Amino acid sequence: MNALDRKLGFLSSLPLTILLLISFLAPMAVVALFSVMPAKVFSLANAPDFSSYSVFLSQGYYKSLLWSLGMALASTCILLLLCWPLAYGMAKVFGRFTLVITIAVVMSLFVSENIRLFGWVLTLMKGGLIEGHWRAFTGNGFDSPLYGVGIIVFGLVYVYLPFMLFPLAQGIAMVPDDTRQAAYDLGATRWQVLWQIEIPLAAPGIVVGSLLSFVLAAGALAESKILGGQAVIAFADDIETAFTFGQNWPLGSALSIIMIAIIGGLALFGVSKVDLDAIMGRKR
Amino acid sequence: MPTSLSTRVVLYFYGVVIIFLLYLPLVSVGFASISKARYLSFPIKRYSTKWYGEAVQSSTVSELLTTSLWVAILVTIVSIVIGFFGALAFARYQWRYRTLFQKLILLPIFFPQTVLGLALLMWFNSVGVIPSWKTAVVAHLVWIAPIATLIVSIRAYSFDPALEEAARDMGAGTWTILREVTLPLLMPGLISAGLFAFLLSWGNFPLSLFTTGADSTLPEWLYAKMVSGYSPLVPTLGVMSVVGSFLLILLALTFSWLIRVNRESRTTQKQKIL
Repeated sequence: MNALDRKLGFLSSLPLTILLLISFLAPMAVVALFSVMPAKVFSLANAPDFSSYSVFLSQGYYKSLLWSLGMALASTCILLLLCWPLAYGMAKVFGRFTLVITIAVVMSLFVSENIRLFGWVLTLMKGGLIEGHWRAFTGNGFDSPLYGVGIIVFGLVYVYLPFMLFPLAQGIAMVPDDTRQAAYDLGATRWQVLWQIEIPLAAPGIVVGSLLSFVLAAGALAESKILGGQAVIAFADDIETAFTFGQNWPLGSALSIIMIAIIGGLALFGVSKVDLDAIMGRKR
Repeated sequence: MPTSLSTRVVLYFYGVVIIFLLYLPLVSVGFASISKARYLSFPIKRYSTKWYGEAVQSSTVSELLTTSLWVAILVTIVSIVIGFFGALAFARYQWRYRTLFQKLILLPIFFPQTVLGLALLMWFNSVGVIPSWKTAVVAHLVWIAPIATLIVSIRAYSFDPALEEAARDMGAGTWTILREVTLPLLMPGLISAGLFAFLLSWGNFPLSLFTTGADSTLPEWLYAKMVSGYSPLVPTLGVMSVVGSFLLILLALTFSWLIRVNRESRTTQKQKIL
């Protein structure tokens, strides 16, 4: 049986492995190779040269990287605070209403990110859904909150909410009610239960949710383009510009490699800490 | 400790507010799509459905829809096949590199999609493939096939391998077992994986942006119009795309509900006979 399992497991992994080898790992290798080519070439037949990486430091690209990481960090912290009560409700309080919230949140995921962000522009712009009605009602308008750093973070929070909410709810569901009850019986306050019982026991969910939303937000670009009006340039935007307007593939590749190293490192760290079989509900 | 009534009320209210905010932008898009004026401003003075008429007649729109639809259909079919086998390798069989395989397929999901799209563009260029909507299918698959695999895996974790072993003991070959035992057991997972694959491909923008070449999908066109030169067709097409997705989800939910009701009524009938 075991020999058969081994053979079938290997065979059935082949379609996906081959797909990822050809269209994920191979392109990554091409990016890595291009990143050590001289500036503005379009073929790999050149002597290696690390000039693109020095451009990262000399031309101030590290600033947009810091902005992207900072905004991702801010949105992750806000998401953690914002989602905790809701995730708690979904895991422990709501019952049937949890299903309603789950379906509503999942359905919103299927609407293209563009359309949802564009909807916020229509909602928040001067003469938009809120300001326009407010002015028609009271007679004086107010400035639109669009086109700033704050609104970009808001956009990140809005778009990546599901990626924090679901892992967090899964994590909180793993906190046994008996343990909380016992802590209360022994005279613990609400804060003590939160800090010493709930947060440590829900840690896997917190880690997965935070990593997912941080990694996705760090690589995001539509929020700063559509809502932020490029008040701040996102790092992913710099990468895109290097490829398209700049026509400088080696520079774009070097910037990509820097991003891949940061995000990939975090993702690998997170994935190695988590037992996938346990989270996805192995029953055996 | 049971949660107090006031806490419950606050939590329910909070949940409703979050869902409201989640859908508020779509309400704005909906209103914008039926505004008569070419340059939108709220409150809307005159309503009209003329932009829908124009969208239906426009040949650009039908081209965009055809491209998006073909990409989504191909991605769905391939994702279901790959997801079926991938899930067996992920969850069912105990083989040597299983944990490595599990980690490999998580990487593309975490990956920034814009960068992935650009990497694929360079890759296609260096092997001499000219990008078109067919290369976009490949790009979508890199991200969607792993997600489909995860969805089918959840189902694959919950089925009992003894069923397959029993079939094998009675002399069934590997293909017969896959067809007669495994496939029917995983069917609900395959259907939801297919649904996810279709919808995610239909709405995807960052992967299509660099990999469609001269062709264009609906989300790409919407984005182009959003960042440069507003067109009153943007909210209209946005609403059409969203309504299409939601109808599909509704159809799938009703269908699965009907199957469940049908199955339950059959079992109760059997119990009555017994």
